[in-house]
Amino acid sequence: MKKIEKLEMVEISKYFHTTRANYKVSFSIESGEILGLLGENGAGKTTLMNILYSLIQSDEGEIRINGETVRLHSPKDAIQRGIGMVHQHFMLIQNHTVAENIALGFEEAPFFFPAGHVAKKIEEFSRIYGLKVNTQEKIWQLSAGEQQRVEIVKALIRGVDLLILDEPTSVLTPQESKELFSILRRMAGNGHSIIFISHKLEEILSICDRVLVLRRGEIVGASSVQSTDKRKLARMMVGRDIIFDFEKEHIERGPLILEVKELIVPGDRTERAVKGVSFKVYKNEIFGIAGVSGNGQRELIEVITGLRRASGGSILINGKDITNASARLVSDQGISHVPEERIKFGIVPNLFIYENTVLKRHHNKRFSKMLFLNYQTIKSHAESIVKDFQVTAPSINTPIKNLSGGNIQKLILGREITGEPTLLVAAHPTYGLDVGATEYIRRQLLERRGKGIAVLLISEDLEEIFELCDRIAVMFEGEIMGILPTQEANIEDIGLMMAGSRK
Amino acid sequence: MDSILISVLNRTLVAGTPLLLATLGEIITERSGILNLGIEGMMAVGAVAGFIVTLATGSPWLGMASAILAGILISAIHAFVSISLKANQVVSGLALTMLGLGGASLFGRPFIGRPLPVKMAPFRIPILADIPLVGKVLFNQDPFFYLSLILGVLLWVLLSRTRWGIQIRSVGENPAASEAQGLNISTVRYICVLIGGGLAGMAGAHLSLIYSKSWTEGLTGGRGWIVIALTIFALWNPLRAFLGAYLFGCIFVLQYILQPIGIPPNLLGMMPYLATLAVLFAGGLKKGRRYLHAPAMLGEPYTKGER
Amino acid sequence: MKLRIRIDHRIDASPSLQVTVLLFSLLAGLFTVGMVFAASRVNPFLALWKIFSGSFGSLYGIKETITKAIPLILIGSGLALAFRARFWNIGAESQLLMGAICATWIGLNWGPRLPGPIIIPAMFLAGFLGGALWAMFPALLKVKFGINEVISTLMLNYVAAELLTLLIVGPWKGVTQQGFPYTDDFPASATLPLLYGSRIHYTTLIIAVFACVLLFMLIYSTKFGYELRVIGENIEAARYAGIDFMRNTVIMMLISGGMAGIAGVGEVAGIHHHLTYPQAISSGYGFTAIIVAWLAKLNPIAAIASGLFFAGILVGGDAIQISLGLPAATVQVFNGILLFFLIMGDFFLNNRVILSLERKE
Repeated sequence: MKKIEKLEMVEISKYFHTTRANYKVSFSIESGEILGLLGENGAGKTTLMNILYSLIQSDEGEIRINGETVRLHSPKDAIQRGIGMVHQHFMLIQNHTVAENIALGFEEAPFFFPAGHVAKKIEEFSRIYGLKVNTQEKIWQLSAGEQQRVEIVKALIRGVDLLILDEPTSVLTPQESKELFSILRRMAGNGHSIIFISHKLEEILSICDRVLVLRRGEIVGASSVQSTDKRKLARMMVGRDIIFDFEKEHIERGPLILEVKELIVPGDRTERAVKGVSFKVYKNEIFGIAGVSGNGQRELIEVITGLRRASGGSILINGKDITNASARLVSDQGISHVPEERIKFGIVPNLFIYENTVLKRHHNKRFSKMLFLNYQTIKSHAESIVKDFQVTAPSINTPIKNLSGGNIQKLILGREITGEPTLLVAAHPTYGLDVGATEYIRRQLLERRGKGIAVLLISEDLEEIFELCDRIAVMFEGEIMGILPTQEANIEDIGLMMAGSRK
Repeated sequence: MDSILISVLNRTLVAGTPLLLATLGEIITERSGILNLGIEGMMAVGAVAGFIVTLATGSPWLGMASAILAGILISAIHAFVSISLKANQVVSGLALTMLGLGGASLFGRPFIGRPLPVKMAPFRIPILADIPLVGKVLFNQDPFFYLSLILGVLLWVLLSRTRWGIQIRSVGENPAASEAQGLNISTVRYICVLIGGGLAGMAGAHLSLIYSKSWTEGLTGGRGWIVIALTIFALWNPLRAFLGAYLFGCIFVLQYILQPIGIPPNLLGMMPYLATLAVLFAGGLKKGRRYLHAPAMLGEPYTKGER
Repeated sequence: MKLRIRIDHRIDASPSLQVTVLLFSLLAGLFTVGMVFAASRVNPFLALWKIFSGSFGSLYGIKETITKAIPLILIGSGLALAFRARFWNIGAESQLLMGAICATWIGLNWGPRLPGPIIIPAMFLAGFLGGALWAMFPALLKVKFGINEVISTLMLNYVAAELLTLLIVGPWKGVTQQGFPYTDDFPASATLPLLYGSRIHYTTLIIAVFACVLLFMLIYSTKFGYELRVIGENIEAARYAGIDFMRNTVIMMLISGGMAGIAGVGEVAGIHHHLTYPQAISSGYGFTAIIVAWLAKLNPIAAIASGLFFAGILVGGDAIQISLGLPAATVQVFNGILLFFLIMGDFFLNNRVILSLERKE
């Protein structure tokens, strides 16, 4: 098969049901080039690259290699044409050794003792590209950075010409990122093409030759890195103009509601995902935590809502210590929670809408009597949420899985707000929603702030953070880089803090 | 004394062989991520098919071949239901047990109590068979015994030392990642379930052609469930399956030997199950599947494109 | 031209579709059973007719059907509860046996000294506790050590059967049973009254029906039932909602196992009047009840109907054993095939299959 000198994606469109993931996207990449693909979460970057790698098929458009239209039906075809991809969630078999993982799907590996043969080959590549991997170790024994190196070696050994990296630095330490960049430069020097997906401006500027900006599935900008800067890219990524003029009335903040002191939280793999974080949230205030996902935000929320245990520090609500209390106790203290992965955590898809409206609060006196649930009040409660929060649903007697994402989120928000909570923890509340639902949910959050709720908002969406918050904190690698009142903050500073500089 | 020992050893090997064959089948099935609880049924079907064909043709080899074929055919139902239709594998496996046991009884009805006209001659390995004690036990056994040894070693080589082995294990561990490497998950799983069915059928044929040399209802006698236990006991490793199968086979034999001296057979009968629970428990103490080497996605249906 | 099969997830299955699919699954199952009969040179129409007439077609058949439905309803409704929480309890067989053992202990030791109105409730209570505690092991093993309940409940089936056999050939072996491995017969105060001219131990039947209604209410109108359903449908959401997985799972298994234990009491105190071989006490009720629960769509009240249906098949199976000389296990063909068609039916409920012809490129 001839080497990929030039690859083009032409007028690619992809729809999921009614939502548009990609719309008429066209671009090209040449050998030796590193192309950055920039955009917010949900902008359609990963979908586009999954189409190129043929994990999914596009609805319209075509792919050309060296000017010739090709039809790729599965990752197998893509691999054969020299296209490789390193996914954000590594596609590795945890219980197998490095060599076994690389031998899987490597067609030149011999039938007998494939791992041994591959191990020898790996050493060759390690020398050329400076990729250190121990072929005998099991994947689960490796750090994220080492696992990523395995993925890259896997692609190289199969003779990849074009390598796609999806958010490769999201799991890496700064040192590991630096190593990765030098590997990538060496690869480009050897004539490989690289597509680098990221939403971190700084990285794109430091490693890429050219950059494409994707928003809502469409390309909204393309330029070489020399002729652009962070400011321009940020503007393209978020929207032509960042709207700061959401009618947000000034409200004096009330008394202290939530106090987090020197909180230390273990992660799933690391000992410390949150490293001594302190902040306060007041009544009538929206306190925003900005930052790239995976910098400890999830662990922080889980500790506050009782889903994870802290290893140090304390959490006080209205002066009462609730550190390491159970989820039910926390919820009974008036903390409600709009969770990050709403379908996975927030609802029970096969239960009816009305049953879902009392998740977490079914044991309250209002909805139950002794051992029994009071379905009458539950149903009227559900009816009022559906009405008040403009949820479009055929009836409350439908399984909730039949609702659209936006309506599910409205219902979850309604459920969490109507309990008159003292504190609302909202994680990425508008992630992946359409414009209408997004606007509605933001308005609701502002309204509740007026009514005296304290809101802790975690979001990656800077537009959202600026629109809604009274104060903004930025989290980076488990620490808070600084807390600024929104009036004194500007997007550049926040962006720098997101990349690790302190304020 | 020697003769008792030889007899015990000999009978242990005979009792262990069907357990070993079926366990090897369940190991490859579960390694690909499919749980098949229907072994008891597949063994019964194999036993009947092997017996009927041997009776009709006079050739135990043809009998063995048709038992394997029958096992493959009936396991195809489980494969279709659990792989293509993504149904619950526990329920499907139980249905397979019922269907297999019932079907075997129904089709075997005219053959109950009929003697086998031909016997499968023991395969005597010259010279080695003349070694005192060991020779008689190890080198003068039926062909099933030698085949099961060969198959066990082959399966071990296949799973741990070949590309196909890596592919099968990967599909059981992480189908999404395997698919991203260009594998077809359904194909791999179908093949493994069918191989498992064939081996269970062969195990059944051993029961009707060698072990009891006749067909009776309830011939399998719960061996299918012991195999489920053995698969865990062997930690999904074909070599350890040898150890487990002969150990459990030995318990079978001892039940009868030790009864006269006052040890109740039921106490020994519990042992295989208690041992398996103990292995599971030890694994649980050490936090689960990684220690036990259980395929991570065992029993989970896979839908293309889902994580 | 190429046949293209597209499978779409079906969002909502209407009740009428559910009934249609259920009926169609049963019909297709019966048809297949007929084919199997025909293939083994049994006239399928005759066989099916004999099964029907043997079970529902005569007064004797109906009485026997109800008798065999009692354990199936008890266990099936208990399993419906467990399966709701996605706990695959396939050890009901052993929970039944433990119930029988405990009831026997009470019956033999206290029966001669206490009157019926005290001894019978005590036996039911002991049977419930026996089944419940035996079922608690796999529940604890799962929530504390993450041990797969399919395997542990399965293993415990055999342990219980061996344990029971050990008792009846050993310490509990009756002196009045002429060397048979049974315990002595229960005193009259420890046996259940039967409906006149039948083997229907109506006390257990009443408990079974009553328990089904209670379990139905438990699942659909209590906090506990709600929490179980949330656990079964989405364990992550249960965690998010602060639902105690351990506590709920253990309580659920106590109930599920206890129901099977009660079934065991009914069998020894109502039918055999002594403890006998495991195979004689339960002819696979614990496994058949799994299909009962499945056919009932995990609804305890529907389990009454599906319990009767499968009891009818068991009794009909006995009938063809006598009239057509078919082996006892024939009825398993029936069960296996129906179960396969039921789970295949579920696929068509959850998915829409679209066949289309497409021109090749």
